[in-house]
Amino acid sequence: MLGKLSWSDIPIDVPILVGTFAGAAIAGLAVLGLITYYGKWGYLWKEWFTSVDHKRLGVMYIVLALVALFRGFADAIMMRSQLALAYAGNPGYLPPHHYDQIFSAHGTIMIFFMAMAFMTGLMNVIVPLQIGARDVAFPFLNSLSFWMTTISFVLINVSLFIGEFSQCGWLAYPPLSEQQFSPGVGVDYYIWAVQLSGVGTLLTGVNFFTTIVKMRAPGMTFMKMPVFTWTIFCTSVLIMLSFPILTVALGLLGLDRYLGMHFFTNDGGGNQMLYLSVIWGWGHPEVYILVLPAFGAFSEITQTFSRKPLFGYNTMVYATCSIMVLSMVVWLHHFFTMGAGANVNTFFGIMTMIIAIPTGVKIFNWLFTMYKGRVEFHATMYWVIGFMITFTIGGMTGVMLAIPAADFVLHNSLFVIAHFHNVIIGGVYFGYVAAMNFWFPKAFGFKLNEAWGKRAFWLWFVGFYFAFMPLYVLGFEGMTRRMNHYDNPEWYPWLLVAEAGAVMIALGIVCQLTQLYVSIRDRNLAENRDLTGDPWNARTLEWSTSSPPPFYNFAVVPAVHDLDAFAHDKEAGIDTRAAGSNYQPIHMPKNTAAGFFVGMFSLILGFAAVWWIWWLAAVGLIGVIATVIARSSNNDVDYYVPASEVARIENEHTRNLLAAQAAE
Amino acid sequence: MADAHAHTDHSGASHGSVGSYLTGFVISVLLTVAAFGIVMAHSFSPSGTIAAIAILAAVQVVVHLVFFLHMNTSSEQRWNVMAFAFTVLTVFVLVVGTLFIMHDTSINMMSR
Repeated sequence: MLGKLSWSDIPIDVPILVGTFAGAAIAGLAVLGLITYYGKWGYLWKEWFTSVDHKRLGVMYIVLALVALFRGFADAIMMRSQLALAYAGNPGYLPPHHYDQIFSAHGTIMIFFMAMAFMTGLMNVIVPLQIGARDVAFPFLNSLSFWMTTISFVLINVSLFIGEFSQCGWLAYPPLSEQQFSPGVGVDYYIWAVQLSGVGTLLTGVNFFTTIVKMRAPGMTFMKMPVFTWTIFCTSVLIMLSFPILTVALGLLGLDRYLGMHFFTNDGGGNQMLYLSVIWGWGHPEVYILVLPAFGAFSEITQTFSRKPLFGYNTMVYATCSIMVLSMVVWLHHFFTMGAGANVNTFFGIMTMIIAIPTGVKIFNWLFTMYKGRVEFHATMYWVIGFMITFTIGGMTGVMLAIPAADFVLHNSLFVIAHFHNVIIGGVYFGYVAAMNFWFPKAFGFKLNEAWGKRAFWLWFVGFYFAFMPLYVLGFEGMTRRMNHYDNPEWYPWLLVAEAGAVMIALGIVCQLTQLYVSIRDRNLAENRDLTGDPWNARTLEWSTSSPPPFYNFAVVPAVHDLDAFAHDKEAGIDTRAAGSNYQPIHMPKNTAAGFFVGMFSLILGFAAVWWIWWLAAVGLIGVIATVIARSSNNDVDYYVPASEVARIENEHTRNLLAAQAAE
Repeated sequence: MADAHAHTDHSGASHGSVGSYLTGFVISVLLTVAAFGIVMAHSFSPSGTIAAIAILAAVQVVVHLVFFLHMNTSSEQRWNVMAFAFTVLTVFVLVVGTLFIMHDTSINMMSR
């Protein structure tokens, strides 16, 4: 009846998990209680859960990313604390079985649910506004993507309290991840969570590719598109090309585990080395899927706060596109030591070094944008400059690892860990936080507190160097990754320094939460409110509408005359909002609960499949199919906002704006 | 969508007609039967069989793209064709790259 599930799968003998469960249950009940107390369920359901508005979905994605950051960071600081303790005979406080789940969950959550969700949130909030569109091409698919990502994150967290998580690292290399060596449900949780979230990501890629190709405002040719939109365009292409590879790789691994096939097993003609090649065929483009949007955000922020147009727009676009193509031909550098010959390793080593060139071009473009600009040291700019320094170091250690001979020394050591955190924290995370600080007023109508933003930056920046520079040294000293305990006295002091860095980063996260709290508390102060819709004197179209934008984004679809359309309109004295003009009815999608229900049925399917509860899996699958059929047969999916309603909203905004200007 | 033969929506994408769907379906069935037939009749050597069903699969992909996904070279379809061309390039890179890697590895590691 319940498949493999029994009472013994609830880990009540692990005090850390019981404590976590108690904490999560209390916090969860508190949140649910507060929502009930304030009577907000109807509001949440109507305005958020069933919303197809790209701005709302974007905000929900970023909330999901921040929750995932919290979970992923809790894993990280537990690992650092374990290694600061588990020295010279002390076993530490995490037994290997638990520790292995923690590092697997840390990587999986940080990539799939922190970084991917954060990126998808940013592109949801910004891209349609930036190209002058009223929504994405497929608003329902957008809602579906969000719910698929969310329920996958729920599934991963369920593994904390029911059963176990994978102990095979974030990419679940076979043969360790095969049934023979991982008979538990951990790898199945991993496979189903990643596969279900992969559906959401793939649909997002299709959605944004179509949106950018088909829905740009009149006059916005490709070479007049803002750089952030360009990077999202290239990221969408990479998502569409690479996520199917991940699906196939994990699908084959799943067939091995569920149906006893032999794709990657040791015996029966399996070849686990093929799994490495296939999974990294996705894994390397994934790195660029994450970092390209950060590059786009840096471009927008640098030009805005340097008060001049971006240096070398064309080269920036070409560099982005070159990275997009080159990222597909470097994947072997993740397994130079697997045993391919000199020809293969040389080819991929050289391709990897070549990809550093367009990335370097971008760094110089940002530097030259700042050069002779009137750089304003806003909190957002701190993250940008911190990125340029940190990412350059990470890029250089990447080129070191691209030398196959050096990689043979450093492979699987903490040097690799230091390198990829150097580029992912210094590049991706700093970029997303900068973007959040930059675009926050657009999404909510008030600015984030700057003082707390700067404190968060300094703690993250210094904490990063304390946490990861020792790992480079430890890599050279021969410490391998994923180690549970050790007895080498030379490593001990470095690991204490790394622990101190992790604590600083924890304080940085506290500062970020404080920043959010203080900003929300002070949101009605005059200096924090963004009434004009253009708080930074920025250059691109999203700043031409009000903050937060009306649900239809633009009362009149803007006409684009030049690159940086809004800057051009401001200089030419064109009223971009076209206030007071004759408005037309606006065609908009209706909210739908179908995405939510497909997500919930998928969660049932995933959980049941993990535990081999086949009748429940059938319920989930039939639920998904039935919901999709019902949604497809529904023709009542759109409506027109009457022109009078548009005029009412626009006039009200104009009145508020004039009143505020008069009050100053 | 009143015209029975040229089903296109406002953005220019074709929705096909009953005739084109039937043609595609019949060709797909024939290709599938041929693939099964080759395997079941043992009419080629093992490597010849693999090559034959691989070719039939590739033709099947093209049939699906043309008849079911309505890919053609008209200007409205330019983006679909460009995306498809990039996909072909990437699939080529990945397949050839994997063969390159795995062949070399097999020789070095004597795994075959």
